[in-house]
Amino acid sequence: MAHPIVKLVAQRLALGLLLLLAASVLIFTGTQILPGDVAQAILGQSATPETLANLREELGLNEPVVSRYFGWLFGVLQGDLGNALSNGQPIGPALGGRLANTLFLAGAAAVIAVPLAVLLGLVSVRYRNRWPDKAISAVTLATISVPEFLLGYIVIFFLAVQYRLLPSLSTVYDGMTLGERLYAIGLPVIVLVLAVLGHMMRMTRAAILNVMQSAYVETAELKGLRPFTIIARHAFPNAIAPIVNVVMINLAYLVVGVVVVEVVFVYPGMGQYLVDHVAKRDVPVVQACGLVFAGVYIGLNLMADIVSILANPRLRHPK
Amino acid sequence: MIRLPLSALIGLSFTTAYFAAALFAPLIAPYGMAEIVGESWEPSSSQFWLGTDSIGRDLLSRMIWGGRTTIFVATCATILSFGLGSILGFIAAVRGGWVDQVLSRLVDLMMSIPSLISALVVLSVMPVTLPILILVMGILDSTRVFRLARAVAVDIAVMDYVEAARLRGEKQTWIIFREILPNALSPLVAEMGLRFIFAVLFISTLSFLGLGVQPPMADWGGIVKENKEGIVYGIPAALIPAFAIATLAISVNLVADWVLNRTSSLKGGRGA
Repeated sequence: MAHPIVKLVAQRLALGLLLLLAASVLIFTGTQILPGDVAQAILGQSATPETLANLREELGLNEPVVSRYFGWLFGVLQGDLGNALSNGQPIGPALGGRLANTLFLAGAAAVIAVPLAVLLGLVSVRYRNRWPDKAISAVTLATISVPEFLLGYIVIFFLAVQYRLLPSLSTVYDGMTLGERLYAIGLPVIVLVLAVLGHMMRMTRAAILNVMQSAYVETAELKGLRPFTIIARHAFPNAIAPIVNVVMINLAYLVVGVVVVEVVFVYPGMGQYLVDHVAKRDVPVVQACGLVFAGVYIGLNLMADIVSILANPRLRHPK
Repeated sequence: MIRLPLSALIGLSFTTAYFAAALFAPLIAPYGMAEIVGESWEPSSSQFWLGTDSIGRDLLSRMIWGGRTTIFVATCATILSFGLGSILGFIAAVRGGWVDQVLSRLVDLMMSIPSLISALVVLSVMPVTLPILILVMGILDSTRVFRLARAVAVDIAVMDYVEAARLRGEKQTWIIFREILPNALSPLVAEMGLRFIFAVLFISTLSFLGLGVQPPMADWGGIVKENKEGIVYGIPAALIPAFAIATLAISVNLVADWVLNRTSSLKGGRGA
């Protein structure tokens, strides 16, 4: 049975894959737009002609751009991300461990941030334009206005240095227990939660307020239901699609936000790996990291799309 | 006399103060940008109002010079992103058809990769100089402006007066600059405030990662990077730029809100 929803979802999936493919082209060309060439940029002005020629050979720069792109793409499709220029090691295994660390950090932050944001959104709708709403909105505006790395140092200054509650460096290594790991990433999790909470909470509030203006909510009010019941039973289910959308977009944002936070807390994840290798001008590593980040980002946005299709009863039960 | 609401007044005065400090940095700053004048991390005193930094430069002077760089780069990037994004957005809306399709899909593609990641990928092969930073930030951010400008312009392009201008035989440039631009200005100006804040945060983040403004030039993100070791010893020097960035961000936001409220209510409250 070809339910129309299956078709819609399949369409979105195909579109997502196409987007990812196009993104890989963009990432690849992004490292090729330099006047001159990559080898020159990596070695700098003092390079001798021999080392330049060697590096060009090693990078395959003597081949045309298109064939280099396809060579890289097919490698990636077979799980071969190439070798790092800086130490000659294959990128894949190094990336894998770090990706797991990053997902662990982002996941821990999401588990706290998402329910908290939705709850705060509900509370601020319930007490709209009264002090709880205003207090929540002022605090979240402040956290949005401060970039993550500064939020990181503020948290370190107060929680790690002044009160010594949590470690200021998030060193993790193999063989740590889950508890030890969670303790180590305490501060970065707090920073990431603060960074996404504001936006998520505000959008939740806006989505529910939007629904609150519809006729059926007025009916519920006239029936004499309690305000919280109206919000929880009538407004919230209809606001799920926009809320899930916001949550997904923020999760995608979280995956990028970790780049900076990892550097602040010296956490061995993807972000730090990327930043280190940008500074070293290690193009293959940068390309690989860029592709993985783009993949996660596109994937989460795709999921947001699909969830909002699934959450729409008019699409689920066609006439 | 226009009556300013209190929030707009606060926002406007702070924003003006920051821009004035940036413009007149050579006159205000007590010491030179890279001048070493004391011991490292001296506490604040009558001589050094905010204390000194990791190698003994006056922190207040660094903050003022740094603000100059940060605000300059962010302003240039914002102007570039607005020029590029709004004009392309208007063209896409007015022309429609394949021009619209090509531009819109290209923007979708660019927005499918997070800006920070795109910037890092490009900066891994580019020399990191101020013009390059401005260019990269401006182009990446113009995608957001494009979306807004196109959405606003599509609504305006079907209005009767635009139709009338078309029938009069006006050229496309006339329609874009004389018919659409004036009517699309208020949502764009409000958005400009947000984009400016975003640019400030972006350049600070890049500098903090060591991939933005290069030393010995000062900028707010760089000041955090230089003084971050002090945090562990309880020296709050690295937190001062946090305060500056946050107050600038909030005050520009307040101004943008006020501009949006004022202009949209004047025009019968067309939402943006």
